[in-house]
Amino acid sequence: MYWNEKIECMPVEDLKKLQYQSFKALVSSLYGFNKFYHDRMKGAGVLPDDIRSLEDVQKLPFMYKEDLRNNYPTKMFNVPNTEIVRFHASSGTSGKPTVVGYTKNDLAYWTEALARSLTSIGIGSDDILQVSYGYGLFTGGLGLHYGAEKVGASVVPSSTGNTERQLELMQDLGVTAIACTPSYLIHMNTVAAKMGIDFRRDTCLKKAVLGAEPWTESMRSKVEGSMGIRAYDIYGTSEQAGPMFTECEERNGIHIAGDIMYTEILDPETGELLENGERGEMVVTMLKKEALPIIRFKIKDISSILKDECPCGRTSPRISRITGRADDMLIIRGINVFPSQIEYTLMRMPEIGEQYMIEVTRDGALDHMKIQVEIRPEVFSDKVSDMVSLRTRIESELKKYLDIAAVVELRAPGELPRFEGKAKRVIDKRVM
Amino acid sequence: MKNENIITQLSIFINNEPGRLAAVAGILKEFNIDVKGFNLAESTEFGILRAIVDDPDRAYDIIRSQGVIVKKTDVIGIAIRDSPGSFFEAADVLGKAGMNIDYGYAYSNKDFDFLFVRVDDAEKAAEVLKDAGIKLIEKSEI
Repeated sequence: MYWNEKIECMPVEDLKKLQYQSFKALVSSLYGFNKFYHDRMKGAGVLPDDIRSLEDVQKLPFMYKEDLRNNYPTKMFNVPNTEIVRFHASSGTSGKPTVVGYTKNDLAYWTEALARSLTSIGIGSDDILQVSYGYGLFTGGLGLHYGAEKVGASVVPSSTGNTERQLELMQDLGVTAIACTPSYLIHMNTVAAKMGIDFRRDTCLKKAVLGAEPWTESMRSKVEGSMGIRAYDIYGTSEQAGPMFTECEERNGIHIAGDIMYTEILDPETGELLENGERGEMVVTMLKKEALPIIRFKIKDISSILKDECPCGRTSPRISRITGRADDMLIIRGINVFPSQIEYTLMRMPEIGEQYMIEVTRDGALDHMKIQVEIRPEVFSDKVSDMVSLRTRIESELKKYLDIAAVVELRAPGELPRFEGKAKRVIDKRVM
Repeated sequence: MKNENIITQLSIFINNEPGRLAAVAGILKEFNIDVKGFNLAESTEFGILRAIVDDPDRAYDIIRSQGVIVKKTDVIGIAIRDSPGSFFEAADVLGKAGMNIDYGYAYSNKDFDFLFVRVDDAEKAAEVLKDAGIKLIEKSEI
């Protein structure tokens, strides 16, 4: 089932033509009317006339997260205030907060993208979707809310928190799908177990749309196995609009609507455009944006564009699971480590629960990494030697796969922090 | 008939942080669980409290319901006389039978001193020791 078959299944060459036309129009208008991007293009010595093909896009200068911070709150907006119908703001975990704005058309393409995505995973008017993303300044709640209404699903706007109540509503209303962060779903599962709720027996939940924080295939098999659902990855940041693109039923890469967003994958070192299939830094351009232009934005996500055509029939390019943010990358004694790799290694071990924390410290010139994991009650032994050998085994798995020496600490279940919003599992105490 | 010499020990996982042992002790107090003997083993980040309590089945259910990791472990109590060589006899019997003592801790009632020991096969160890004429404590004697 397609929401917009004409666009979603458009021949690739036609899509490229469409992208080029959008680019051309966007660049001309920004050069003419947007002081920020006009100056930046001038600085790079590029004129709108220099863009004669989609390849020429690479001549355009980049935009960075800092640009949004430096122009806080609305100095980069491209439309008068009268055109703005909504603001969202980022929490500012890695610096000053940033504000994004939307015109009516901006909200329309965001909602359209979500309608296509939800349809592609079979969520429609028969479904009751519980939106357990935070409603408010965070884009997740309201974004999913309007996307789900657009496809005719019945929305339960429960936002985050009060998990017992959410579980009751889920049972009483016969909720069939949920949208939330993966860590919140795991939290719900833990709370449900305490309340004696079995998702298979006591709820109608079939699908989960999970995103807003990095998660892994092993986490997917864990939640699917324990809850009897199918879980789908969703992608999108506030600069792009909000969460908007998902996997289709094939669950092999996230379809990026090519008429809405143009994606480049660049070598993080050389800045060179990489071939499909190669992993690198994503650079995105939002082709329909009105309020806040996003041109060749260095989003800091690490991904690749998949090579093959998707059996679902959609021609829109697919990106592989985001394996980390360029910002999240930890350098431990000179070795690059993504927290997602640590998570993947941990989740493969059945003795360990879903929660973990990573702490990095520096002693003199040496980095130390400590990873706390929760053990499952059934692996607890009264012999210290058994527990120590479990700990040693986890340490050697990490060494084997990541080539890092980390100290592992075993914790009792429920001891480590749970996150209802964005999970913050890395504590870097080094003073750089 | 159940072997009266097999004693149920509760093993409790405790994170090695100030206040954690107190929290478990608080549960024992609140639910009036009488601890007859115990031992604390520690590693860097966690400790294992091993306790012999009154009515271990009830205590197990209570501790578990409080969200604490707890496990039942079979141990045996070997009587030790207050004279040199007494512990040697028991250890020697087990050693000759090829049985390893994982850990042990002392306990006294009004009549005897005992050593609770953890071995892989408590039933077999009890049999071997009794055959060698060594007294083992019975559940009712604790």
